[in-house]
Amino acid sequence: MSEVTMVGAITMALNRAMADDPRVLVLGEDVGANGGVFRATEGLLERFGEERVMDTPLAETVIAGMSVGLAAQGFRPVAEFQFMGFIYPALDQLICHASRLRNRTRGRLSCPLVFRSPMGAGIHAPEHHSESTEALFAHIPGLRVVIPSSPSRAYGLLLASIADPDPVVFLEPTRLYRAQKEEVADDGERLPLDACFVLREGRDVTLVAWGAVVKETLQAAQKLAEDGIAAEVIDLATISPIDFETILASVEKTGRLIIVHEAPRNCGVGAEIAARVAERGLLSLQAPIERVTAYDTIVPLPRLESVYMPQEKDIVEAARRVVRFA
Amino acid sequence: MNDRAHSEPSLAGGERIVAEFQIPYRQYLDGSGKLVGEAPAFAGDREIVIPLYRAMVLTRTFDNKAIALQRTGQLGTYPSCVGEEAVGVGYASVMTDKDVMLTTYREQAAQIWRGVTLTELLLYWGGDERGCDYKGPREDFPVAVPIATQVPHAVGVATAFKLRREPRVAVCALGDGATSKGDFYESVNLAGVWRLPVVFVVINNGWAISVPVAKQTATKTLAQKAVAGGIPGIQIDGNDVIAVREAVGEAIERARSGGGASLIEALTYRMRDHTTADDATRYRREEEVSAAWKLDPILRLRTYLGAKGWWSKEDEERLIGECKEKVEAAVAEYLAIPPPRPESIFDHLFDTLPASLQWQRDKLAGGSR
Repeated sequence: MSEVTMVGAITMALNRAMADDPRVLVLGEDVGANGGVFRATEGLLERFGEERVMDTPLAETVIAGMSVGLAAQGFRPVAEFQFMGFIYPALDQLICHASRLRNRTRGRLSCPLVFRSPMGAGIHAPEHHSESTEALFAHIPGLRVVIPSSPSRAYGLLLASIADPDPVVFLEPTRLYRAQKEEVADDGERLPLDACFVLREGRDVTLVAWGAVVKETLQAAQKLAEDGIAAEVIDLATISPIDFETILASVEKTGRLIIVHEAPRNCGVGAEIAARVAERGLLSLQAPIERVTAYDTIVPLPRLESVYMPQEKDIVEAARRVVRFA
Repeated sequence: MNDRAHSEPSLAGGERIVAEFQIPYRQYLDGSGKLVGEAPAFAGDREIVIPLYRAMVLTRTFDNKAIALQRTGQLGTYPSCVGEEAVGVGYASVMTDKDVMLTTYREQAAQIWRGVTLTELLLYWGGDERGCDYKGPREDFPVAVPIATQVPHAVGVATAFKLRREPRVAVCALGDGATSKGDFYESVNLAGVWRLPVVFVVINNGWAISVPVAKQTATKTLAQKAVAGGIPGIQIDGNDVIAVREAVGEAIERARSGGGASLIEALTYRMRDHTTADDATRYRREEEVSAAWKLDPILRLRTYLGAKGWWSKEDEERLIGECKEKVEAAVAEYLAIPPPRPESIFDHLFDTLPASLQWQRDKLAGGSR
């Protein structure tokens, strides 16, 4: 066991996956000699050589498209997209090919690839480096979307994503890359890709979050506990497909639901969760569902980015409101 | 329009030429079916040439039937490949079974040569995914409907061959319109810098739906777009199956032996509408189309076969009869295939359907939403 940051856990998982499976390849911009702009691929080139750790030209369309070709040929490409703002050329390949190659060939060809990309605000980055657009990807059938929120979950979820026989978009909250260290055993253990994680049990209110705001959500739960409110905290982690049963079971217990995400509110994944609870858990609810999200605005540049991002106090206030409601 | 693009460079003081390029054009069988220039040896080998002709005629017979089926409501929207048979048959004929084809959607000629069955083609264009589960070329990609998106796939497949040190080649067919897209440039660039075993066959049929090539690009040729990627580019008469077979054959062998990627621009003509949903009379003149018919690849090859004494009127009649029979048999087989079970839309969404989607499948299977 060693104490690692989340980015360290990602590097550990990449090392493990590449050592265990010769089909695993890492490709992208600056992933080789530079070790990635966040150093997630540091040391891989030295250990596995340039045939398995490939610095590509600066061309996201071909990174995405060639990954489809490699995957259909039996490789397991893990492509890094430097920032979420640069992954959009890959949307074409994800929607038109990666997510449907298996379906349109009735299983003759498949597309076991992973597209990794940093996501989210909070590191005072330039424009196009701070978005949370996971909902764009979650809307694509045939595609898995995974967002880790701790070093150990990053390790186990990334290993599972690489081993998965279908395409996975793996989004890494940059704010968490070095925020926290955790003991992570490099044991090759994969975490399930369609189960959320109950991080804290409680009977009064269910808080569902993912990505970087899991941190604020846990802090809010701690604060609420001081007031005698027992919040259950669920890390969604697998954004698509959603493990809705765990959320529903929690809401049936607590009768109250707050969804926290750093993405804009409109058509966010929170809307999907709220809709499903309305469909199947309405009679369990003792208060309206609340969403604590970013605004439906462009992510502001760093001077106002904290205004944009949901804060611990927003979650605490929402929880107090729903608990007081009835 | 833009004179500068075509003018000779004049050197200013302090300038010198640091790079130059030339694009060769190749043709052996001219529009009238006569051999021009020094044709490759296989042009004199009836065992090679006659099968090419037979495949071209089969493709056209199929294509005409497909359009008739669409017009009578028995097939979906269909993109005719009439007039382009020499390109597809030509390049497919120099691929091995181990090579992989990645193509746009007007390449029935190559697909049929590769072993995609007529029934599979009808099934796909008739609206059934099972038509892409090719029983023959298992590793060939299904046709790409978005423009140029298959080109980066070819680069990935070629990378796979190179990494495994397999003597295999990815052959990528794309149209003239596709050369305007970034997907194409990014792929040609990577294929050049990584010396990948891939051959790009640009099928210049003159039209991207209603937009002629002159409105796609200011370059004299599409072949010269290879220059930007540092790979060889050549323009050929795409209605001359001898030139296609030779030029693509050379490129494939170069790729197979480690010499890297090539680009071949094959000049042909889209004789029919873009698809059955299109009406080309809205944007192109009838005289242009009738002039193009005079350069028909099948007609010229038949003239050549006749001049060689390899092909009689009886041979032709027998071939037409055989092709019709094959096509009719495929049509009957296609029409007899019942639609898939409704819940089969979930069958290949994932390798294993996630538990969270099971209820949707069950509801559909049970007849409700």
